[in-house]
Amino acid sequence: MARMKFLCDAERCIECNGCVTACKNENEVPWGVNRRRVVTLGDGAPGEKSISVACMHCTDAPCQAVCPVDCFNTTDDGIVLHDKSLCIGCGYCFYACPFGAPQFPEQTSFGARGKMDKCTFCAGGPDEADLSDAEYEKYGRNRIAEGKLPLCAEMCSTRALIAGDGDEIADIYRERILRRGGRPQTWGWETAYTEG
Amino acid sequence: MKLKRKVAGAVPVASEQDVATSARGLLGVSVNRRTFLKNSGLTAGGAALAVSAGPSMLKKARAAENYAREGIATETIHSICTHCSVGCGVVAEVQNGVWTGQEPDWDSPINMGAHCAKGAAVREHGHGERRLKYPMKLVDGKWTRVDWDTAINEIGDQMLKIREESSPDSVYWLGSAKHNNEQAYLFRKFAGLWGTNNVDHQARICHSTTVAGVANTWGYGAMTNSYNDMQLSKCMFFIGSNAAEAHPVAMQHVLKAKENGSKLIVVDPRYTRTAAHSDQYIQMRPGTDVPIVWGMLWHIFENGWEDKEYIRQRVYGMDDIREEVAKWTPEEVERVSGVPGAQLKQAAQTMAESKPGTIVWCMGGTQHTIGNNNTRAYCVLQLALGNIGVSGGGANIFRGHDNVQGATDMGVLSHTLPGYYGLAEGSWKHWAGVWDLEYEWVKNRFDQTPYEKKGDADLQPMNTAGIPVSRWIDGVLEDKENIAQKDNIRAMVLWGHAPNSQTRGPEMKAAMEKLELLVVIDPYPTHTAVLPDRKDGMYLLPATTQFETSGSVTASNRSLQWRSKVIEPLFEALPDHTIMYKLATKFGYGEELCKNMEVTNDEPLIEDITREFNRGMWTIGYTGQSPERIKAHMEHRGTFNTTTLKAEGGPLDGEYFGMPWPCWGTAEMGHPGTPNLYDPSKPVAEGGLNFRARFGVERDGVNLLAEDSYPVGNELEEGHPEFTADMLKTLGWWDDLTADEKAAAEGKNWKTDVSGGIQRVAIAHGCAPFGNAKARANVWTFPDPVPVHREPLYTSRRDLVEDYPTYEDRKSHYRLPTRYGSIQAEDYSKDFPLIHTSGRLVEYEGGGEESRSNPWLAELQQDMFVEINQADANDLNVKDGEMVWMEGPEGGKIHIKAMVTARVARGVVFTPFHFGGHYQGEDLLDKYPEGAAPFVRGESDNTVMTYGYDSVTQMQESKCSLCKITAA
Repeated sequence: MARMKFLCDAERCIECNGCVTACKNENEVPWGVNRRRVVTLGDGAPGEKSISVACMHCTDAPCQAVCPVDCFNTTDDGIVLHDKSLCIGCGYCFYACPFGAPQFPEQTSFGARGKMDKCTFCAGGPDEADLSDAEYEKYGRNRIAEGKLPLCAEMCSTRALIAGDGDEIADIYRERILRRGGRPQTWGWETAYTEG
Repeated sequence: MKLKRKVAGAVPVASEQDVATSARGLLGVSVNRRTFLKNSGLTAGGAALAVSAGPSMLKKARAAENYAREGIATETIHSICTHCSVGCGVVAEVQNGVWTGQEPDWDSPINMGAHCAKGAAVREHGHGERRLKYPMKLVDGKWTRVDWDTAINEIGDQMLKIREESSPDSVYWLGSAKHNNEQAYLFRKFAGLWGTNNVDHQARICHSTTVAGVANTWGYGAMTNSYNDMQLSKCMFFIGSNAAEAHPVAMQHVLKAKENGSKLIVVDPRYTRTAAHSDQYIQMRPGTDVPIVWGMLWHIFENGWEDKEYIRQRVYGMDDIREEVAKWTPEEVERVSGVPGAQLKQAAQTMAESKPGTIVWCMGGTQHTIGNNNTRAYCVLQLALGNIGVSGGGANIFRGHDNVQGATDMGVLSHTLPGYYGLAEGSWKHWAGVWDLEYEWVKNRFDQTPYEKKGDADLQPMNTAGIPVSRWIDGVLEDKENIAQKDNIRAMVLWGHAPNSQTRGPEMKAAMEKLELLVVIDPYPTHTAVLPDRKDGMYLLPATTQFETSGSVTASNRSLQWRSKVIEPLFEALPDHTIMYKLATKFGYGEELCKNMEVTNDEPLIEDITREFNRGMWTIGYTGQSPERIKAHMEHRGTFNTTTLKAEGGPLDGEYFGMPWPCWGTAEMGHPGTPNLYDPSKPVAEGGLNFRARFGVERDGVNLLAEDSYPVGNELEEGHPEFTADMLKTLGWWDDLTADEKAAAEGKNWKTDVSGGIQRVAIAHGCAPFGNAKARANVWTFPDPVPVHREPLYTSRRDLVEDYPTYEDRKSHYRLPTRYGSIQAEDYSKDFPLIHTSGRLVEYEGGGEESRSNPWLAELQQDMFVEINQADANDLNVKDGEMVWMEGPEGGKIHIKAMVTARVARGVVFTPFHFGGHYQGEDLLDKYPEGAAPFVRGESDNTVMTYGYDSVTQMQESKCSLCKITAA
């Protein structure tokens, strides 16, 4: 059974933001909502490191644990999806998420937050038919149903961001570490993936 | 309430096999490792996998991409990214003529599916909400829609009047690196038939000093190797290049090399995103490239690390370099550049011990008053180490725009015809022959009055370099008595050009206001539409992007790729070549322009244009890449090795991807292209080469030809001059020509024999058609034959001016007076204490009009800013994120945000140059045609960037000036 994960290799990430615009392109994400962003630590100083961050699709997703309407579910492949027809935009998930993934449209100046939006691992949503227009409009593209992986990783300029089955991407990353002779730095993995 | 995901059954249209390799496999039922990795975007990361996964299998895996959403048929079309020169493949999915999806181009050996922010966002250009939608005319200060015929007629009538009253030289044709090769070629021909050399494009202000410096060192002014070849480097030396932002996909190859043990050294005034990945970072004072390079060579010579045998065989003038380098002791280098000697010694030693090593430079090195000195110094460093002409080595000069290499090759330049033939009478005769036009007719299109002399001989305008793009504003503003042509520039056409990428903003505004006629031809209104305060005499004509037409494009590594048309032109936009034909027809030479081309609805057939330049571009080998061959390369792009770029098996076995020029002889000859220039390890017929014999055979009794070095299979086994008909006879090879070839070749040379016979026979005997000579470290035809350091015109180091002064002012250079010493003589550093340098951001390109109109990109960089060191910020009482005024010594000022950062050293500030649409504190939003303003606007840093031009090419100085900053 595949277990989908993201891995961002900080030794390779150059903060080109290709993943960010690929996500916008594939899912037509509106201005102001960022399902994925690149965070740079120590910007401009020696040791500067960049990491591409989105929903990590955690094993025991904290968002899922706190959601008062239970709108989250984890698919058999380990992808954490949320049902926008159930979401009430309360924002609890945002407080629970260790990665700051949940996004809320900023269309109104006060009051309603709108439905939460986040990275779907390009797997659409749980409540609409796969590859339907309704699914696309609500959640964006369902590449997983097409047999493809998230476009952010598929287009990454330096292959820093990798997506796919956890075992497979760990193999790829291990080979790089071996070549570099460095210590693995699987940023965010300990927090996201409890089984290691 | 746990929902279960539907799995494979949901895939709509796919054969059983497709499903097995895609959806089901992916979800864990039957994972095929290779397919899985290919789909996971990991091919490059997975080292050998990219090579081992055969293309046929991958195609199957991807068949499922052609899914039909809600029953709409999807067409998959292949194009090339229109942003930088890396040349990334783009796979577009089109439904009902609408560009609805973009997929990774896994098969492209150049990007292997990868994209940066710009490449991953190109689909938005196919929607173009903020595009210029119709031809527009400024009437009483308001943009008014007109139809194409009206626009062409009105513009044409005014231009013909100016041509009559002044001369053809009073209309300036500013072309573009955004043209494809065919449009670029047609544009140069178009300007020539109009009767002027006042034609140029962005290459002038990006790599002109590279082209001049490098071509004069070893023959051709282009990147010697390729992005892919860098995977084989053991040391990568970047100076004045921030590839992580300017050429992000190139970093895929760079980081791969690094993981294979290559060292990465970055020299830059800023700790760039590229520097963040370096093993050694060297922070220099802007404008001190020559001291840095000579400082490294000082250690190399001191320790005997140079490649003596290589120098003996292949380099002329290295002893002259030694003399200059001897002055650059570690102490002197540190005094001038600020870099400690030990740091440079370490870098020099790394370079010497890690071979092959490559050098990369970009605009940090080229955009200086001594840009040509810098580029030649870089070349000399590589020559001393024996790193040129080897795989993994080379001078990997990353070009800027997607087709700036091609537009340069096609001669969209004021000093040459296509193929670097120059402007001499023989050059015009060569091209008139290719065009099938009478030379006398072409000649009579020009102003017949000479304005300059060479020695005692009069120089005709037809044979003198026109005004370069960097100086067009002076062509308008300068007293016409001082200009070497009949009259000032009175009409200006900016065709795919961002004026905010050029220095001296306030003077540009004045020039735009003085012009009688100002025409913008572009997919976007550009900064030109809003900068001048005009009421009339201005037109905006909507051109298509390259996704709305087809044609060839040359990547930085000299590979030609073919773009297929993704969508029909949006709104009323027309492709550039159609607009050229319409204008030429209005001017009365449409038939001459397109004599050898099929024209349908005013659109010349692109392939016919390719075929025409194939018949003339012998100098640099653009003759073998027929449209059919280029298209075959696109179709079979998955068969090329992603390191060597060589096809392994398949229908193109043995050819190099995109037939990197020179691709010698005719298409029928089947030359595979030249992957690495000057590499003698393989025969010329298989892509090998040597340095070009371009500068004679001897100088002051010293042999300039190569000694004991020649490509594999060279029957002469020594250096030799360039091939001519007479030389073939002397060698007894004349009868190798066919009768038809003999008829064409008689009295000609390898550059002018349009049968290609001379090239064919030379190559058959293992010889490079252009001879086999040494590279020259001493370019005796240049102002500084041996590269020397000269302080910038606006320098803060007044103590160095006496030792390292700039040039004296010149009376006429490219038709214009050019100032040097008279500016440097004055001390501006008291009032303007900060050094100002500029560069790129990954999200935007060039003047940024297109990318700032793309919401996916614009959202990521919403403010123009200046990077300033914490210490300077504290001195000026400026806090991070606050607004400041930045002022230049020539009077321009801009209102921008301060970004306080350690990225720049104390005393140095940096600005990106992609912003426009603001001017000196004012947002010019209401001056754009309705609905056509970019999402993000900001001050152009070139409003404050100052005067300064290279002594050989008129490259603008935009990497080193002075400024002051005050809290706003």
